[in-house]
Amino acid sequence: MRVGVITFPGSLDDRDALRAITLAGGEAVSLWHGEHDLQGVDAIVLPGGFSYGDYLRCGAIAAHSPIMSEVIDAANKGMPVLGICNGFQVLVEAHLLAGGLIRNDHGTFIRRDQKLRVENVDTAWTNKYSVGQEIVIPLKNGEGGFIADEETLDRLEGDGLVAFRYVDVNPNGSLRDIAGLRNARGNVVGLMPHPEHAVEPGFGPDMPEAMSSGTDGLAMFQSVLAATVLS
Amino acid sequence: MPTVIVEVMPKEVLLDPAGKATARALQRFGDGEITDVRIGKRFELTIDGEVTPKLLEHIGEIAKDVLSNDVIEDVISIRVAD
Repeated sequence: MRVGVITFPGSLDDRDALRAITLAGGEAVSLWHGEHDLQGVDAIVLPGGFSYGDYLRCGAIAAHSPIMSEVIDAANKGMPVLGICNGFQVLVEAHLLAGGLIRNDHGTFIRRDQKLRVENVDTAWTNKYSVGQEIVIPLKNGEGGFIADEETLDRLEGDGLVAFRYVDVNPNGSLRDIAGLRNARGNVVGLMPHPEHAVEPGFGPDMPEAMSSGTDGLAMFQSVLAATVLS
Repeated sequence: MPTVIVEVMPKEVLLDPAGKATARALQRFGDGEITDVRIGKRFELTIDGEVTPKLLEHIGEIAKDVLSNDVIEDVISIRVAD
């Protein structure tokens, strides 16, 4: 099972995503934004970072980069695609997910170990979680405020397309506490917090049991391995 | 060479955190005449050749699809610079 991670100029969590895939048991493949070659991967991760310096809008230039035409094509045919943080912004700009992401309502960059509730598990990236499960993974962004008009928000809720919601603290002013979304088919998921930073004891978020012990993000990468085996 | 100016603003209904932060800072200047600030973007596109209606139409599409995101922003004007 080959999972590709696309590196854009300004990506910074691509290595962590590759490592998370390896730890989950997949074969991690590096992909380059400037090419039109997905190298036969079975799933794709768009990593966090500041692609193209966040110029124009976060994720906007990356959404129009050469490899994205193949990614959009593959996503529309059902290939699992996960967007993390800047990757979520790219998916929104590419119209693979709804809504938009704007500057945090408090105006500053925030980094915290964030509690989330898994709202939907019928996706390629969340099937190893249970509905309502609470997980803790790191969050770090300056422009993570999720917005959409009321009609879109109602549709997302009604169709069960909210994948993750912030619990206890809404760290960026996201409407209806939305932290992550899925598409109708369930192959595309995007979220602002970082599952790839919570995959190995000693390097994850602080948990009640021990410091840096959180590995709640690993199931996201295990999910896609299971999803691809099933399909 | 002619220049085409495209102006984009955040949608009025949405929070503009950068504008709000600037507005708060401006409270320290003057006597409170300035009550709000909204920050948008101005793009200056340098054109090789004549600005034809067809080209303006093309720029309109670029403005809508690339220079702005219609979920959060509106293109408020596209015009040829004097």
